Amino acid sequence: MADAATMSTPIAVTADTDRYWPLRRMAEALAAPLLALAASAVLFSLLLLGLGQSPLEFLELVWRGAFGSWFSLQNTLQRAAPLLLTALCVALPGQLGLVVIGGEAAVVLGGLAATVVALPFVNTSPAIVLPVMALAGMAMGGLWIGITGALRARLGVNETIASLVMAYIGLALFNHLVEGVFRDPASLNKPSTFGIGEDNMLGTVPGLDVHPGTPVGILACILCWVLIYRTSLGFAGRVTGGNPRAAQLQGLPVGRLMILACVLGGACAGLAGTIEVAAQHGRANASLAAGYGYTGILIAFLARFNPLAIMPMAVLLGGLGAAGGLLQRRMGLPDATMQVLQGLIFVSILASETFYGRIAWFQPRGAGK
Amino acid sequence: MIDSLATVAFSMLAGSLRVSTPFLFVSLGECLTEKSGRINLGNEGALVLGAMVAYATSYETGNPWLGVFAAALAGLCLGALHGAICSLARVNDVAMGIAFMLAGTGIAFFFGKPYVQPSAPLLPGISFGFWSDSAQVKNALLVSPLFLLGIAAALAMHWCFKSTRAGLRIRIVGDSQDAALALGLPIDRTRFLATAAGSALAGIGGAFLSLYYPGSWNEGLSSGQGLMAVALVVFARWNPINCLYASLLFGAAGALGPSLQTVGVTWGYYLFYATPYVVTLAVLIVTARGGTSLRGMPGQLSIGR
Repeated sequence: MADAATMSTPIAVTADTDRYWPLRRMAEALAAPLLALAASAVLFSLLLLGLGQSPLEFLELVWRGAFGSWFSLQNTLQRAAPLLLTALCVALPGQLGLVVIGGEAAVVLGGLAATVVALPFVNTSPAIVLPVMALAGMAMGGLWIGITGALRARLGVNETIASLVMAYIGLALFNHLVEGVFRDPASLNKPSTFGIGEDNMLGTVPGLDVHPGTPVGILACILCWVLIYRTSLGFAGRVTGGNPRAAQLQGLPVGRLMILACVLGGACAGLAGTIEVAAQHGRANASLAAGYGYTGILIAFLARFNPLAIMPMAVLLGGLGAAGGLLQRRMGLPDATMQVLQGLIFVSILASETFYGRIAWFQPRGAGK
Repeated sequence: MIDSLATVAFSMLAGSLRVSTPFLFVSLGECLTEKSGRINLGNEGALVLGAMVAYATSYETGNPWLGVFAAALAGLCLGALHGAICSLARVNDVAMGIAFMLAGTGIAFFFGKPYVQPSAPLLPGISFGFWSDSAQVKNALLVSPLFLLGIAAALAMHWCFKSTRAGLRIRIVGDSQDAALALGLPIDRTRFLATAAGSALAGIGGAFLSLYYPGSWNEGLSSGQGLMAVALVVFARWNPINCLYASLLFGAAGALGPSLQTVGVTWGYYLFYATPYVVTLAVLIVTARGGTSLRGMPGQLSIGR
């Protein structure tokens, strides 16, 4: 996984002679994804033209459905909330060179655990129920992704395949529990757990029509950024991502760092599931498996595992999701359209990795270089 | 009790013969790609795209065999793109595989929408149960021609790796980039061809899903066979013949839930549905030996350390 490691920012490799090198590096990190986004836009436009549809109309509808009005903007921000957290589930282990793609299971199991643990407390007060839910959801998500991290760190099991297999197992477990032990017999058509009650659900942020999941997700991104770039623990993690063997020689606890990153990432995904239950559904059911875990992978790669960059990318992808319905109605495009667009963006972004270090203007200048 | 056990065992065997073919084709394709030193998680995308293209072609032309051919072609195109992009410097083949999985399934769902309803001509089965009077046995031994084709492909690939110049070259490129460079072998071209050909095999696996069993096209057709194939190849130690045995085992694991249902065990349907994934995870854990690389693993593979 040495290749994935090179995606994180190189640590302290600067040429002292070039004062502008940090700026150049930042410009390079902005230019490559923008170029890739432009390339995927062109490819997608060609596809639409081939089908006799207008790319301009598509763009206009995406704008209108995602950002154009106060209502659609709030919808977009609300959709971005779980994506911020599931992207962290990929980005945190990603900083250590691990590609973990099983966040979907952490979302659904986190949401289920939060609901089930909260049920005995529903008659107390939201001040008790909500913290209990958050703790349970984060613990469950952390445990689930933590298992993958432990398998990788202790046994050398490939974490990409293991996390994906664990995702299938987790979804099966979720379905088994929701349709079995925890099922509310009154939920006939759509098997669900018992509800946490209207009174205990999260309201909206004062003055806005957005639930608090969005600010929580933004806060989590900022905290993760501080953890990665401003603490010695984060530095140890980035060293591990840069070169695991060198980190080991330095005496860093590589295995424990890997497990910790996976647990923290899983906790974020579990929190995403908790918020979905507490703010939207009120109970755990199949609506939790809405693919947030998979979109999170794309966002984390778009952001090159940088938690601050995750924020705009999550809003972008949340906006595409918010515009989906409008596109289906107005242009008659199938619902897989967004998946095609996401796939194109994903491929272009990964292919754009090849430009890093190739264009002379972005490289440090001065003596010796 | 004994009777029900026998029933379960028999229907697992029958189920294994029925559902192992997609595993076989995808794992052979993955094995070929990994032997050249690259990993392709995008075979899941090739599988789903192959299923859609096969069904659509069979519906439009009325000839299911043309559908199989078109599926292989679709897989070939997707794999060629993956292979070409991964030849660029600094491009990660694991992450790119995930991207191609997303793109491949997305394209399949996008263009496959009109083919969910109509029914296309399917591939005929070949009956090996003529000696028996029992309808159950006859039914169980109705084998898809693609299964036989898969066995032939496994034997051919084994022979190719063992005794041909091309097979030796693929193994050198996969095992040691330095040796390949010293011998002047075209590393990128070899991996490109191996990825494209591997994806074509995965496409044929998809054709089996839509044209033989379950024999229809819809968005929930694949249950991740393309991804499980990666674990299956680890289990098979990068040996095509072992891929055949491993596919039969995974097929049997997948048939456990439905088999138990035939004898009246309805508890835990979803848990038994997860059996193949649990087997995959167990295989990964058992075959991983912390730190040391696996016997038989191509040296240049990025999933090794």
